[in-house]
This record gives sequence, C-alpha cells and structure tokens, in this order.
Amino acid sequence: MSTFFSRRDSLRWLGAAAATATLGAGPARLAFAAPSLAGGADERRLVVVMLRGALDGLAAVPAVGDPGWATLRGQADADAAANVAAPLPLDATFALHPALTSLHQWFMQKELLVVHATASGYRERSHFDAQQMLESGGERPYALTTGWLGRALQASRQSAMAMTASMPLALRGGDASSTWTPSRGAGNDQDLLARVAQMYSGDAALHTAFTHAMGQQDMAKGAKGGPGFASLTKQAGVFLSEAKGPRVAWLEVGGWDTHNAQTGRLQRLLGELDLGLAALRAALGEHWAHTTVLVMTEFGRTAAYNGTNGTDHGTGSVAFVAGGDVAGGRVHTDWPGLSRASLLDGRDLKPTLDIRAVLAPSLQRQFGLSTAALQSSVFPGLTGRGLDVWRS
Amino acid sequence: MQAATIASHRFGFSETSLRAIQADPRAWVHNQFKQPVAFDSSGLIDSAQAMALTRDVLKADKAATSATPAAPVSGAANALTPSRKTLRETNLRALERRWQHTIATPTPVAERWVQFWTNHFTVAATKATLAALVWPFEYEAIRPHAFGNFKDLVRATTLHPAMLLYLDNAQSIGPDSKAGKRRDKGLNENLARELLELHTLGVHGGYTQEDVTQTAKILTGWTVRPDGDGNASFVENLHQPGSKRVLGKTYREGDSALGHLLTDLTRHPSCAKFVATKLVRHFVTDEPPAALVEAVAARFHSTEGDLQAVAQALFRHDIAWQPDHPAKFKRPDEFVLSAHRMLKLPISNIAQTVDAVQTMGLAVGRAPSPQGWPDRTEEWLSPDALLKRVQWADKFSQVHRNDADARALVKLAWGPDLSSSTLQHIERAESSAQSLALALASPEFQRR
Repeated sequence: MSTFFSRRDSLRWLGAAAATATLGAGPARLAFAAPSLAGGADERRLVVVMLRGALDGLAAVPAVGDPGWATLRGQADADAAANVAAPLPLDATFALHPALTSLHQWFMQKELLVVHATASGYRERSHFDAQQMLESGGERPYALTTGWLGRALQASRQSAMAMTASMPLALRGGDASSTWTPSRGAGNDQDLLARVAQMYSGDAALHTAFTHAMGQQDMAKGAKGGPGFASLTKQAGVFLSEAKGPRVAWLEVGGWDTHNAQTGRLQRLLGELDLGLAALRAALGEHWAHTTVLVMTEFGRTAAYNGTNGTDHGTGSVAFVAGGDVAGGRVHTDWPGLSRASLLDGRDLKPTLDIRAVLAPSLQRQFGLSTAALQSSVFPGLTGRGLDVWRS
Repeated sequence: MQAATIASHRFGFSETSLRAIQADPRAWVHNQFKQPVAFDSSGLIDSAQAMALTRDVLKADKAATSATPAAPVSGAANALTPSRKTLRETNLRALERRWQHTIATPTPVAERWVQFWTNHFTVAATKATLAALVWPFEYEAIRPHAFGNFKDLVRATTLHPAMLLYLDNAQSIGPDSKAGKRRDKGLNENLARELLELHTLGVHGGYTQEDVTQTAKILTGWTVRPDGDGNASFVENLHQPGSKRVLGKTYREGDSALGHLLTDLTRHPSCAKFVATKLVRHFVTDEPPAALVEAVAARFHSTEGDLQAVAQALFRHDIAWQPDHPAKFKRPDEFVLSAHRMLKLPISNIAQTVDAVQTMGLAVGRAPSPQGWPDRTEEWLSPDALLKRVQWADKFSQVHRNDADARALVKLAWGPDLSSSTLQHIERAESSAQSLALALASPEFQRR
C-alpha cells in the first residue's frame, strides 16, 4: 500500500476541493473556502472524453526530443512529411500533433496539462477488457460492474449527461446520469464503416453495394458539412451551462484503432477531437474558468510502426487535462524513454503513471469526495499518489 | 454450412446458440411443425372492430378536410386526428405482439412458415379500407390454417374482409344478378386474377382470361360491407346467375361453387409447382433446385395440399440441407427481428423499429402490390439499403453494447460456420459496441 491517500499528500494535492465540499471538514473548510469561491463545487464542471480504440499517445504527443524517437518514428514521419505539418513544440522533449491547434493554444495559455506514459493497471491488449477496466475503475477487468464516475456521482447531488445512445459503464452505479444523442444521429462512425467495408471484401455483392454507398455518403457529407463530434461537444457545453443542468458530461469518440494508414486517419481524428474540444469551450463560455476536461483512452499503441503504416495494440499512452483553472502549460511524465530496452515487452511505451492518479483528484475536486469515500467506493484498492492538477 | 446453422439462421430467425440444435437439426425443425407455439391474439382487435375503427378514421379525416379545405398539406392537416392516433396505436400494438412472438417463440421455423403464407396472401394498408385489417388478417385467416390444408387456407384468406376489400371483390357484382341489373354495375376481376396468378396457379399456370372472368363470376356475392359488422358473407343478390366454367370444369351457381373451385385449384399441378417453387425459394435459396421443387410439389399434389406433409417434404429432403446453396439475403424485417432474437432482446420501441425497417426499404404492412414482398437477394441488396442496415447496426449496438459479448456470441450462434475474416473483424473491433455492430453487419448475419 503506497501513500496515495496519506493525509499529507491528500492535503497537498487535493487542495481546496476536498476541503470546501466535504461536509464536516472542520477548520480546513474555513481555511480553504476563500480562494475557491469563484469556482466553488457547485460551479464546477467535469467533462470526460473517452477515446475508444486506443489513441497512439506517441502520435498525439510525439517525444521528438527523445534520442530513440528518430529510430522509432523518424522514417515514417519522413514519409508522411509531405502531407503533414510539423509537430507543435511543447517543451524540449515533447510536441503536439499538428492537428491539435486549439490544444496547443491552451497549452501556451497554461490551461492544458499533458500527462504522458500513463495507463490503467491493465497489461493485456484487448480493447474490450481494457475499456471495461478503465471505465469500471476495478483492479482487473470485470471485477466491478459499475463505473467510477457513476459511483462518485451517487454520493453527490450532481447529475451527469452522457452524450451517447446507451449509458456508458463509467456512469453506471447510480441514478444521477442521463443520456442524450441527437434524434437524427451525429453522423456515421467512419471507422466502423471502414471496417465493414473491409469485412465485406470476401463477399462480392455486399462489397460492391457498400462501396457505392460509401461514395454516396461522402458526397452527402461534403454537401452538408457539420462534423459530428463538435456538434455533440457543443450540445454538452449547452447542457453544462444550464443553471439546473448537469455538472458532468461524458463524451466518446471512436476510431482510434489505427492498425493501418495511421497518419491520415489520425490527422482527421485528432482534428475532429480538437475542433470538438474548442466547440465545447466556446459553448461553456464563462464556465470554462472552472471546468476540468479529461481526455483518456484505454491503452496506447506500439512504439514502432507495424507493417501497414499503423500501430498495433500497446500499453502507455497520453491523457489530457484542460480547463480554465488547470495548472497547465506542462507535460507531466516520469518519462520511461524510447530505447528498446525501456519499452514494455520491447514494444510499448512503458506506463509510469496510473491514470487513476489523474481521475481520482478530478473526482475529489468535482464532488468533494473524502479520501475514505474515494478509496472505499469509487476506486477500491487504489494506491499511488495523485497529480497536482489545478492552480488553486 | 452445417445443418444446425441452416436450421437456425436460414429456416428460423437466428438462434442465440446452436447448442440445442446441433444434436439433431432436422428433429429441431420437424418438431416445430408438430406443435407450433400459438400466437396470442388476446386483446387485439378483430376484423369487425378494425372496420369500425377504420370507418371512424375516414369520417374524421373527411370532417377535418372539409373544415380546412384551403390548407390540405399544412401542418394542421398533417396532425393526426384522435381516431388516427387510435388507429396507429392499435396497429403498432398488434405488430408489436407479432414481432415479439417472432423474437421469442420456441418454434421460429414454424413462425417463418406462417409469415411466408402471410406474404404469399398479401393484403396491405396501402388502401384506406385496409388501414386496420392487415394484422387481424394474419391472426384470423393465416395462422389458424397455416399448418392445415392449403384449400382451407385459400378459402380463409379469400373470404377474409381484408382480402375482399383489398382486391375489390366486396364491390364485384354479377352483371346479371339482381343488383347488377338494377345498378348497372358489374364484375371486378381483381381478386379472381390474383387468386389464380398469385395465390394458386402462378402466372404461367395455364389459365386464360376467360378462366379469370369465370372465376370472378364465381366469386360474385362474396362481400363485406365497409359499414357492416365486419363479417364476410355471401349475398345472393350480387351473385352472377348460371353455371361457370373454369379450366375445363363446370361450377354451379351459388355459394358452394367457390369451395369446389378452390379444391380443384389446389389439385391443379400448377398450384403444387407454384407453391413449391415459392417455398423452396424462401426457405432454401433464391434459385430453387428443380429436384427439391419437384419433391415438394409432388407431396403437395399427392396430399391435396396437406401443409404439414408439404413441410415434411421440404424439411426432410437432403437438398434442403445441402451446405453449399447460395445464402439468402435477409429481408429488412428479418434482419432486425433476427438481431433481436439472437440477442434475446425484446423490441423496446415498436415505432422506431418500424421506422428503421422502413428506411431499409420495407414499409411494414404496406407491401406495394398484392404480389407481396420479393424474395430474392437483388430486390433487397442495394447500396443505400445496406448502408442503412450498417447504420442501424451501429445505433443498435451503441444501445445494446453491454447486453452481449459479440465475440462469444458469434461463436455460439454460428460455430464453425463463422468465417475467420468475420471473426477477426469482430475480435479486433475497438469496442464492444463496434464488435456487436460488425457482427450484425457481417455477411453471415446479413445473409441466411
């Protein structure tokens, strides 16, 4: 058992949230009440964005300053250089994918914290199991059948809105959550359509029909415009801005399972993600000042490219924490390095930070959860220490 | 394709698991015909109520139209009258019962058999007078006779108010009948033609136009009054006097002629061949193997349309179980219902499900012609329809992603008949929702 929730640590990194919102916090509540008035618990917003399919953290936040970078990714990057702009520098080691222009701007404004080489405790490479474990917050897949966000909400007076057709596992475990999708759908899941097209390759009739349909769809899309994710994030921002609306929103983006043609796919997907997050911020307006946005994925991908210009299932990836009072402008990482010897199993970015060290303090700040409540019901069995995420 | 897969997916509506079938797939099918589980129509309206409801609807429509004559297509005119709302709810209720039965019945092959006949004897709500009659027709005329004798089935369908109205026999009058002479009205051949062409002999079944006309005359008198009690009856005053001659046989004037005609049509070799061809096309493959059609037709003929015997002839024949027939492409309703059945998920929103099936190209209860819905792949497999199916699979899987593990399910549902390519795509999906969507979009599930 480590010291994740030792009294000293929790005071240090939980800061005002634990003190202001925990009933009966005693003197600590008084002591920390003043600085948190502008963003008190009732004013806070939490947005969780789940990237299903496993985002390549090394593509989103390339470690261009790492000596191993050129060996692992340099060649393929050179191949793609003709079409892709240069990464946006963050610090001496890290840069941001060029499609993440809004995130880069936030980083410069110190409102984006990049967490690198992070993962859940899951060490195999099944999407399903990894997502189950990430969303449930259990010590292993299927150990828990409810989600950490749902359990945390249950103890609060807040409600959540999942911008999905069905209730995500993360929000299960209480009755404080709802779901919403546009009645006419948010557009097609391009990754699914691509997979279906590939699945039909052995069935001539289905393949022909579907290929035609995809072509027509592209035309229709061009005529209409309107990216799906951004419309969902915008709506989420509208919900969160309502006085009696939800204080927590859950969004999902799929398509990150880039086993082939990764460069182009990520260019598009990261661009959609960036646009969506920018739309969220715009819709939140003044509430951005006390909003925390968490972006996470179930695991990372192989450090080296595979044989089809993509990456296979890996382990360590990145997480983003953004918001008006986030202590951003930095990349938080205990960087494991990219030399072959430092890769997990000789292939994956080695995770050095349990992602719950990002999630747990966000929940405590949002819901004013006591450490005891957090450890007993939200993340049972959690060890390690949490991150300093906020400026105050 | 192994026999259990054929039984589950091709003959039935896609079981969750092949386990119960694998020991003896043929017995699994045969036993369903011995004791098909009955459809529970309790609480659903009968034909008389359906016709009364339809009268109310049409009356209210008329009133609404005359009240706002200047705005025929405005929002106000589009709004449902209270009786239209009742009509819609009534139809959805009956359809929901039907679909839940399809999803849950322990005898899915027998249910497919029933629905084959419903489509064979199509009636459709494309006609105003049929607005509430489509589903009563199935549970009043089709279901009681689908496992009995073909002649009784034809008689029940021909004389059901839905059919009499749909194919206009309710208005057909013998030109020389009392009513005909008085009103200067006459025959409507619609039902007679379809009885020969679509219900019994087939378009090349050997009948002539004169046979159609004569059949129409036999049918005169059989009617249902749209404003009546909802029961078909024989009205002497409408019946064409004199004997009639159809396909070389003479039928006496009167209400007994129809029974004799239907007996003879059932005995006609063309009827056996026509029905057998349609059955084999529906249950086995788009291009029916001649030997199987002949075997089924022979049994139909020798038993004079004993449908239990016909089913046996079909499902006991080795050709029906041959593993290499080109698979059929599921109809939209079959696709959606089999998804629910395979996942053991009841329909939670019947109106949405109806809409979904319609976007895939099948307007439920509103077949475009008395021919019913087509039964060949090319009629259903189009780019747009396929995309709509994949989109539905996507949405459905988002909602139900936690209800099933597609990876495990597909192995249970297809066993060794799942292609390694499909399995790989399902297993490599990036989420449980995506894997379920891929399973439902897969060639294995789109086809049967």
